[in-house]
Amino acid sequence: MSAPLLPLSALCRAFERREAKPSEALEASLRRIARIDGKVHAFLRLTEEEARSAARESDERRARNAPLSALDGVPIAIKDLFCQRGVETTAGSRILAGYVPPYDATVVRKLREGGAVLVGKLNMDEFAMGSSTENSAFGPTRNPWDLSRTPGGSSGGSAAAVAAKMVPGTLGTDTGGSIRQPAALVGCVGLKPTYGRVSRYGVVAFASSLDQVGPFAEDVRGAALLLQAIAGRDENDQTSSSRPVPDYATALEGGARGLRIGIPAEYFGEGLDPEVEASVRSAMDALGREGATLVPISLPNSPHAIATYYIVATAEASSNLARYDGIRYGHRAQGPRSLIELYERTRAEGFGAEVKRRILLGTYALSAGYYDAYYLRSQKIRTLIRRDFEQVFAAGIDAVASPTSPTPAFKLGEKIDDPLAMYLNDIYTVPANLAGLPGISIPCGFSRAGLPIGLQLIGRPFEEAALLRIARAAERAVGVPARELPL
Amino acid sequence: MPPADWEPVIGLEVHAQLLTRSKIFCGCSTAFGAPANTQVCPVCLGLPGALPALNRGAVTMAIRAGKAFGCKIAERSIFARKNYFYPDLPKGYQISQFELPICDGGAIPVPQADGSIRKVGLTRIHLEEDAGKNVHAQNGSHVDLNRSGVPLIEIVGNPELRSAEDASEYLKALRLALIYLGVNDGNMEEGSFRCDANVSVRKRGATSLGTRVELKNINSFRFVRQAIEFEIERQVALLESGGKVSQETRLFDHEKGETRPMRSKEEANDYRYFPEPDLPPLVVSREWLDSVQTPKLPHQQMAELSAAGVSTADARTITADPRLVDLHGRIAAAAGKEGARRAAHVVVGEIARAVNEGALDLGAPKFRPEQIAEVFRLQDEGTLSSTAAREVISEVIQTGRAPAQVVAEKGLSQVSDEGALESVVLAVLEKNPAEVERYKGGKKNLLGFFVGQAMKELKGKGNPGVLNALFKKRLE
Repeated sequence: MSAPLLPLSALCRAFERREAKPSEALEASLRRIARIDGKVHAFLRLTEEEARSAARESDERRARNAPLSALDGVPIAIKDLFCQRGVETTAGSRILAGYVPPYDATVVRKLREGGAVLVGKLNMDEFAMGSSTENSAFGPTRNPWDLSRTPGGSSGGSAAAVAAKMVPGTLGTDTGGSIRQPAALVGCVGLKPTYGRVSRYGVVAFASSLDQVGPFAEDVRGAALLLQAIAGRDENDQTSSSRPVPDYATALEGGARGLRIGIPAEYFGEGLDPEVEASVRSAMDALGREGATLVPISLPNSPHAIATYYIVATAEASSNLARYDGIRYGHRAQGPRSLIELYERTRAEGFGAEVKRRILLGTYALSAGYYDAYYLRSQKIRTLIRRDFEQVFAAGIDAVASPTSPTPAFKLGEKIDDPLAMYLNDIYTVPANLAGLPGISIPCGFSRAGLPIGLQLIGRPFEEAALLRIARAAERAVGVPARELPL
Repeated sequence: MPPADWEPVIGLEVHAQLLTRSKIFCGCSTAFGAPANTQVCPVCLGLPGALPALNRGAVTMAIRAGKAFGCKIAERSIFARKNYFYPDLPKGYQISQFELPICDGGAIPVPQADGSIRKVGLTRIHLEEDAGKNVHAQNGSHVDLNRSGVPLIEIVGNPELRSAEDASEYLKALRLALIYLGVNDGNMEEGSFRCDANVSVRKRGATSLGTRVELKNINSFRFVRQAIEFEIERQVALLESGGKVSQETRLFDHEKGETRPMRSKEEANDYRYFPEPDLPPLVVSREWLDSVQTPKLPHQQMAELSAAGVSTADARTITADPRLVDLHGRIAAAAGKEGARRAAHVVVGEIARAVNEGALDLGAPKFRPEQIAEVFRLQDEGTLSSTAAREVISEVIQTGRAPAQVVAEKGLSQVSDEGALESVVLAVLEKNPAEVERYKGGKKNLLGFFVGQAMKELKGKGNPGVLNALFKKRLE
């Protein structure tokens, strides 16, 4: 038996009505993983024992009708970027192979406290740098809709695991689109919350001012339930916000009537696949039929986002990745003759090509004599990009709609030797990171080749509740018909 | 000393560990001397995913120093990353402050030999975290990260100092001021107070600065003087012989008494400073700023003691340690009239001696200031001679026992009762008729002889004043 799992929100309801038990759900999940993950390679490792004992405890609580949260008993898997006490955490890198953290990331602790059952760690681009999961040191993840194609990245494992119904919900991180783009490419919902909405403590850092944790689920309601479990102020992350966390599920069915949706001209330009454009435009029209007003807008600085991003993100990364020096943990080169050689060889052996490229870019951008021209300048453009959004929201726009990714899933190997082509995958997602805004990708159709297409919605800061409501309205309006996975 | 036509220009950078119980970005203990790597956590170990959380206590101490030195306290300051690789630096960067430090400007008051106060300007004071320590042993090199994340302030002085002696005086004044403020323990041996010196020389009268050399490893007042003197002479000799000073960092070798190059500018690190994205800007509110109390600095205490009648020499001894200032103040307050002067004698005398002999721990004195005042009172009313009073005070400060009890046990109280002394006076006069005659014949200084004889009879416990009066009465 390897029946697909119920979607997250449906599973929660089934637990409540005693129509399903957490340990049964876990076994179903493990059976499905065992059957299909050999093809997809979403998981880097499973934590079956720990999961089984957590599920048994959850069974008990559910039987006593005393669940810890709505998620109590739900099998959840997490990107291998989250520190989990006692469980190897690699960030997809050889340099951290075998590294076992002594502490839980805050989101991992919160999931545990809510009774979620942690099933395993998911594949990713090394240190979350990439858009195809091909930069994983442990082999690529494949798109469940076409195994010759990428699931996107960097949270490719998190997206593929949900799309292939191996687990009903996963966590990923999004620095420039790493949740939304893979969600679009595999046809699930992926939400990047506002910067500061979810704690980054215990999340292996890529670019600290951009990284944000978020959920994947099959539908908007599932994403809302997962966000509920992880959002909120954390004293261990001083960039986390102390704004109160509202109940995301209650406002979900508010509909689209009266909402103003901005359509930015800059997000429908050169490089956009015509099938993607048609699908996204038809989704927006569907929202319009539900009562939303579609408003043409301009975000004139967004075209500079990719260039800006590759300064800011690489500068921060060059510093964040300095700690991987072979001194205290992780890979260490054998037999160095000097300290400098220990550093050089450890890092040369431990990091992959894309990570090295970004460390070099970032180091260069911060170097004496170049700082003003690159880092400082990019911070200024970042401010302009944020202001564009502020103006649009101030003018009464509730959300900005666009394609999530310019193309459907591409072939494995297709862009791996062309970094610029790869970087352009994030052209529509990066602005929300630079502006710190919440963004969500929801499925809005399929290409003729049977590949999923995603619609991106970007909302006001800390108004995830409103964004989820709009996404839910779009999800209902579009009504993507269910399809069998060709697995 | 350099030939008179060269002028040295010196500026000091001091790193002072703040006396917080926990580290600047995590809750680990800052206690010195624990076994290696036992006061560590994911944050100060720089483990993947760990993030800094600012200890506001450290900020308060930086504000206290800044307020005391007249710095402008920034309403909004920024933490920055200083990037470099070293095994004792677990994150590969040090969290420090760069463009917007917490304190700007200000000055250190440095007491001069003539009693005046010289103000040496500060460039800035900023907050940062300490690194760990590399430990080199026979079986290889090790890293101890107990010190990683201990809070520091770096106090950057202007290049206003003109001699090694100047520098040493500045450093002493700064160290003492920080101890007064309760933000640093001034311990140079354990490295909680560390100094680097920037030294250059220029032709006297020149307005532009010469090329500067940074001196490191000068962790005692003596080494500071030696290193700077050596460096001034080296630079002058170099320039006089037509050479050029190169901008570099030099280490002081205290065994050889010389400085030698550590790294040259060519190899110098580019620290690639940029704002720390894991910490929001540090905002110091008006309320926070106002709530930070600044105790009086040494030169202020010195002025107050002088005004209260304490001699300059005594005041210097007392102000060398804020605990002595505190004790002095409390004894003086309990003693009332003339209290400041008398308390000063006790502090400089019996208390300083007891501290030197290890008989008194200033951190936990056993006596109460009121007990010293009680001894003063016994002396004033004639129960104790001044010698006996000093003996009682010595005993009281070491044991904390009640003065009356000490007086009784040691039999120190003197006889002042005229009735009791009368018979002794008469007996002395009777035994010494010749002297009585000579006194009456005009040898008035024989009064001392009679008092001395009476004291002998009384085993030193007679009140000399009363005896004097009684003899005079009988003889005239």
